[in-house]
Amino acid sequence: MAENVKPKVRVPKTAAAGEAITLKTLISHPMESGQRKDGDGKLIPRSIINRFTCDFNGQNVIDVTMEPAISTNPYFEFEATVPEAGTFTFTWYDDDGSVYTESQDIAIG
Amino acid sequence: MKTTGLLTAAIAMVATGALAQDDHQLVTNGDIEIVTEAPAPDHVTGLRTIYSGWRFRESSLQEMQMDDFENPAIIAVDKAIVQWSMVDGAEGKSCASCHEDVEQSMVGVRAVYPKWNESAGEVRTLAMQINDCRTENMGAEAWKYDGEDMTGAEALISMQSRGMPVNVAIDGPVADTWKQGEEMYYTRYGQLELSCASCHEENYDNYIRADHLSQGQINGFPAFRLKNDGLVQTHNRFKGCIRDTRAETYSSGSAEFVALELYVASRGNGLSVEAPSVRP
Repeated sequence: MAENVKPKVRVPKTAAAGEAITLKTLISHPMESGQRKDGDGKLIPRSIINRFTCDFNGQNVIDVTMEPAISTNPYFEFEATVPEAGTFTFTWYDDDGSVYTESQDIAIG
Repeated sequence: MKTTGLLTAAIAMVATGALAQDDHQLVTNGDIEIVTEAPAPDHVTGLRTIYSGWRFRESSLQEMQMDDFENPAIIAVDKAIVQWSMVDGAEGKSCASCHEDVEQSMVGVRAVYPKWNESAGEVRTLAMQINDCRTENMGAEAWKYDGEDMTGAEALISMQSRGMPVNVAIDGPVADTWKQGEEMYYTRYGQLELSCASCHEENYDNYIRADHLSQGQINGFPAFRLKNDGLVQTHNRFKGCIRDTRAETYSSGSAEFVALELYVASRGNGLSVEAPSVRP
């Protein structure tokens, strides 16, 4: 069970219709790969965020399958075109079943 | 080009020629102006101008401090915000129980630390004061002086003074401790017989091997060091520096380091509190 998992997103407040904007996302998560050993030599079990998605007004923008090689506090930066005003919804899926979400509105202007 | 756009919008690049350190300006989150250059305070006779460590770093590192989203230290600060309201100790209190909103109650605090505590009759660093609050007022266990909890709390509290000028008192009851710190600063230690001044006053802006020497100001501490992939405290850095001279180092929280911290902090009087900063 990962503790203190907090998502953070940076979305511009406004965009011109059809403009490509840059979205930045960060989530604090240890991303335990399953390769490390603890002080007693026992393997620390894998516990990572395994999927990240972003939707805009219900339409999928990006869907990332995340593997154990991604390190702590995964950061994603990507572009999306904004055809109209609406809401970006970001979702992170944890190995342990938890789902973290964050959303941000964007206006046209 | 967005990230370089951010940097060029906020900097005034001047070709100084003679100096390797740059002339960039630091504005965080678009609205917090950080003073990174100031006339040296009167009690620092070996320098004419004081510069924050930020000015000696590469542009890519400097950019990380211009936006809290990019600053890796903020993750530790987020954890500290959660801890601020967590009850701990026999009295059933959290930091918030007495200090309420950290963004209001802690403004200006970091800017004057280390400082004299009248009732205790000693010079206190921020960490000492935090532990005093924990043990005396909360009935909680003291945190490890330079552990993760403490550095996170220090970063959170220091952040509330960001942009405010460092203003550490050097006279009155702290004068003796300050003098001790000053003496340490100019004493040569270790097999390599180097004093703090050897690098940070006589050779700042030069390179020691591949390191670009700064003036050793601590206005940016606790700093997120990329080398440690975590927050680092002033005393951690003092330990590292003394080890680099191949000397037996003092420990975090020791009276010697408290005196040194008081002195070094006062060398930065006039610069802005920059914590939590990002350093290599």
